[in-house]
Amino acid sequence: MTVDVQQRPETAADQDRVFVMLTVAGQTCGVPVASVRDILGEQAITRIPLAPPEIAGSLNLRGRIVTAVDLRRRLRLPPAAEGQKPMSVVAEHGGELYALLVDQVSEVMSLKAEDFERNPPTLDATWAAFSTGIYRLEDRLLVVLDVSKLLALSGQG
Amino acid sequence: MDDLLADFLTETNESLAELDVALVTLERTPNDEQTLSFIFRLVHTIKGTCGFLGLPRLERAAHAGENVLGKIRDKALSVTPDIISQVLMGLDRIKMIVAHLGATGSEPVGDDAELIALLNAIASGQAAAPAPAPVDEFEDLPAEPAAQPPVAETAAPPSAIPTSVVPTAAAQTIRVTVDVLEDLMTLVSELVLTRNQLLQLARTQDNSSFSVPLQRLSHITSDLQEGVMKTRMQPIGNAWNKLPRLVRDLSREMNKKIELTMLGADTELDRQVLELIKDPLTHMVRNSGDHGLETPEERRAAGKSDTGRITLNAFHEGGHIIIEISDDGRGLAVDRIRVKAVANGLATEAELANMSDDQIQRFIFRAGFSTASKITAVSGRGVGMDVVKTNIEKIGGTIDLKNLPGHGTTFTIKIPLTLAIVSALIVEAGKERFAIPQLSVVELVRARRETHGVSESVVERINGTPVLRLRNRLLPLIGLSDLLALGVPATDDSGAYIVVAQVGTNMLGIIVDRVFDTEEIVVKPVAPILRHVTMFSGNTILGDGSVIMILDPNGIARTTGIGASAGGEAKAAVAPATEVSHSNEKSTMLLFLANGGQKMAVPLGLVARLEDIPRDKIEMSCGEPVTQYRGRLMPLVPISGVHDPERAIQSVLVFADRDRAMGLMVDQIIDVVEDRLTIELAGARPGLLGSAVIRGEATDVIDIGYWLTQASRDWFEGAAPAGESARQRRLLVVDDNAFFRQLLVPALGAAGYQVTAAAGGAEALKLRDAGLQFDAIVSDIDMPEMDGLAFARAVRAGGAWSAIPMIALTARAEPRDIDAGRAAGFTDYVTKSRREDLVGALRACLTEPALA
Repeated sequence: MTVDVQQRPETAADQDRVFVMLTVAGQTCGVPVASVRDILGEQAITRIPLAPPEIAGSLNLRGRIVTAVDLRRRLRLPPAAEGQKPMSVVAEHGGELYALLVDQVSEVMSLKAEDFERNPPTLDATWAAFSTGIYRLEDRLLVVLDVSKLLALSGQG
Repeated sequence: MDDLLADFLTETNESLAELDVALVTLERTPNDEQTLSFIFRLVHTIKGTCGFLGLPRLERAAHAGENVLGKIRDKALSVTPDIISQVLMGLDRIKMIVAHLGATGSEPVGDDAELIALLNAIASGQAAAPAPAPVDEFEDLPAEPAAQPPVAETAAPPSAIPTSVVPTAAAQTIRVTVDVLEDLMTLVSELVLTRNQLLQLARTQDNSSFSVPLQRLSHITSDLQEGVMKTRMQPIGNAWNKLPRLVRDLSREMNKKIELTMLGADTELDRQVLELIKDPLTHMVRNSGDHGLETPEERRAAGKSDTGRITLNAFHEGGHIIIEISDDGRGLAVDRIRVKAVANGLATEAELANMSDDQIQRFIFRAGFSTASKITAVSGRGVGMDVVKTNIEKIGGTIDLKNLPGHGTTFTIKIPLTLAIVSALIVEAGKERFAIPQLSVVELVRARRETHGVSESVVERINGTPVLRLRNRLLPLIGLSDLLALGVPATDDSGAYIVVAQVGTNMLGIIVDRVFDTEEIVVKPVAPILRHVTMFSGNTILGDGSVIMILDPNGIARTTGIGASAGGEAKAAVAPATEVSHSNEKSTMLLFLANGGQKMAVPLGLVARLEDIPRDKIEMSCGEPVTQYRGRLMPLVPISGVHDPERAIQSVLVFADRDRAMGLMVDQIIDVVEDRLTIELAGARPGLLGSAVIRGEATDVIDIGYWLTQASRDWFEGAAPAGESARQRRLLVVDDNAFFRQLLVPALGAAGYQVTAAAGGAEALKLRDAGLQFDAIVSDIDMPEMDGLAFARAVRAGGAWSAIPMIALTARAEPRDIDAGRAAGFTDYVTKSRREDLVGALRACLTEPALA
């Protein structure tokens, strides 16, 4: 079966090391390319009253309603400056589509396994909860974000 | 041919086809238990259904086959090709009979004794090693039922018919999996949305060459939508077909005679809806038979016929399906419901005492009413009417009951025809657009905010709670932007329209800023993380491509306490407050910070508005801060006691009573929470009622009455009824509920009375003995120790107060209660939740002497 072939360990590992790079509040982050369904520019977002604060609203992605999650609020960062237009990284979680609002999506990069390190123990608890580790890039550090954890909002928060 | 038989034939033909394959597989792999039990099940099903449909010949043949298979399954027989061919032969016979059934609707005349004897012989092990004679028969038999000619032997006349009729019978219906239909429905929904978008675009362009084909596309889309919807429609009878059996079993088990009448079984409704109401309906019929109907003896004693009657009636009514389930039994026993509600902790005796029978009956819909102790073999099973109600509300339906003690109960379920595509009214509040399903919208009212003489459509406020007089009824209003905490300050054109919605038997007005047109929308469920926001039933994409939330009037009503437990009459402003003091009830509180970080709360219903006032708008008058608010000066009272003039923006809670308003300056408004609330009254400081634990934190609950007097000392005096003398009328309020007293005192104070409160009859009588004089007494009825009636009798029995007017205040205003009240000496009887009525009654009884 083809599925098996695609999920051979080494292939999966290769894919795991390809990341969509994004910026949020000046920090470079990466999400595994396999978990990203779409990258969107600025979108019209409908507010959802009474929703948890992390929920920025919902948007229309080619006829599907996608819930937008504000990554800044999810990471307890200050709100973006006025006029800054967020971009969206669309990912699937539990059969539903979600758009992660980030400041900027830059490129797709393949990273080397030897540059990977685990989260420093001193990392802020909020970040530690959503990060699976750090890549040392030449000029900066890249935080690997765990999309499914980011999107696992309890619905009561 | 009836539907049941047709269904049976379709199913049996499928089973037979599968059986052929499976038997052959079994022959090859004799030890495959899975295949064997699969075969056994199929044959068993055929046999069982035959018995049910009254097809004796088919049943006997299938039974014989099942016997053999049973032996194989029990390992009493091992699989041999001979046995398999014997069984296959039996199957062929079954096929022949089925074919005949399909052609003529009845079993062919004939006898299968030979075949059955053979199968039984095998089953009993005699033919395990086939004797020569049977073998001969085998040789003959296979040819017989398999082809048409042999049929002629058993039943000559119809032999030609099967060939011509069977194929058509099979072709008329195709079984399609529900998934395919659901996918089609989704696609059509998308198509409808795209069509709507195109139409919207076309509207902006005149004389476009696209307009004609677009019209055609639009029509075709509508037809397609209708067609696909039709594939999902099923007669409601499908949900009912288990009921006759159920009622039969029920009547045997309970020794009752029950007649089930089903009307309108061919009323069609959406498959999805049908699935969802199946269980609730079954449960309700079971309930009717179990609890509703009496035994024949009891019925005779009550002068009714022995046979109890349960009637199901389904019909269409304006986009809805109405299903009535009625019985002519004993009706609901209000007394027993009352006992049970107390036993299960749903209400206290005192609360119940204040409720009408109608309200008490509705306890059967409350979660936790049906308990394990009720589970009998028949009814119960731990499913209560609350589950029924929840399930029905889930699909946008409502349930109501009418109880005639001694004559039976009628439940009325009202459900939408379909859930997938609905017509919705698009409204705007706080700069956001929302869709309200058209089905629940009764009418639209253009509202004016300010009072310029009394007109029909002016929003009035009772202690901040907006209400509207609509054709001599008081309609409770909910500001959508307040409810959804949209946080947009009110402007001149905000709250200009009122969408009057029907929720069950309750009416509710939703205040919105603008009303657009109606649009066909496809309801899509909201993301799982938003499911807890019960105010929305879904979301959708509008013609212009934007996402919009669909409001759920049922959810709004629940959140705001309308119809949650109350009956026909809408609860007015006081209702949430009375609930506050009982820990069972949830109440909505506004949380804010004051006094340097102290969390405080106030019942949201008492707050008129929330305002953020810029520093330069706060002026000083007579050394006190004031602001210009809607053309008047509004006093501002700092809750901390000190006004900090340096704050750039001052958060203010506005409390209003008729045309007066005051602002309470707080540090920060945090949130609106709904929580169970128990107020600890002990140790309260002035301005505070006490503390409560809200969201796990100790929170001070403020006493509005105190702050109103702080705003202006004449708060309670200025509004004295016109034409009254300078002397204030003095009132005595007797109520055991401390929180209610705290609310009633300022409310009556605001109406111009000087109010004294007493916590009970005995305390009140002490005041009398101390020589205090009052112009009128307002008393609660249900109080511990000395209740209102005893108190009234004591007052009337003599002493200084024997002649002053007394007004009874209770939620229980049934005629017999009123009579009892008058007999005890009360002048008037007022429903607790209606503050206006109380003021009216007071004015009436206090001015009467002057007129006389």
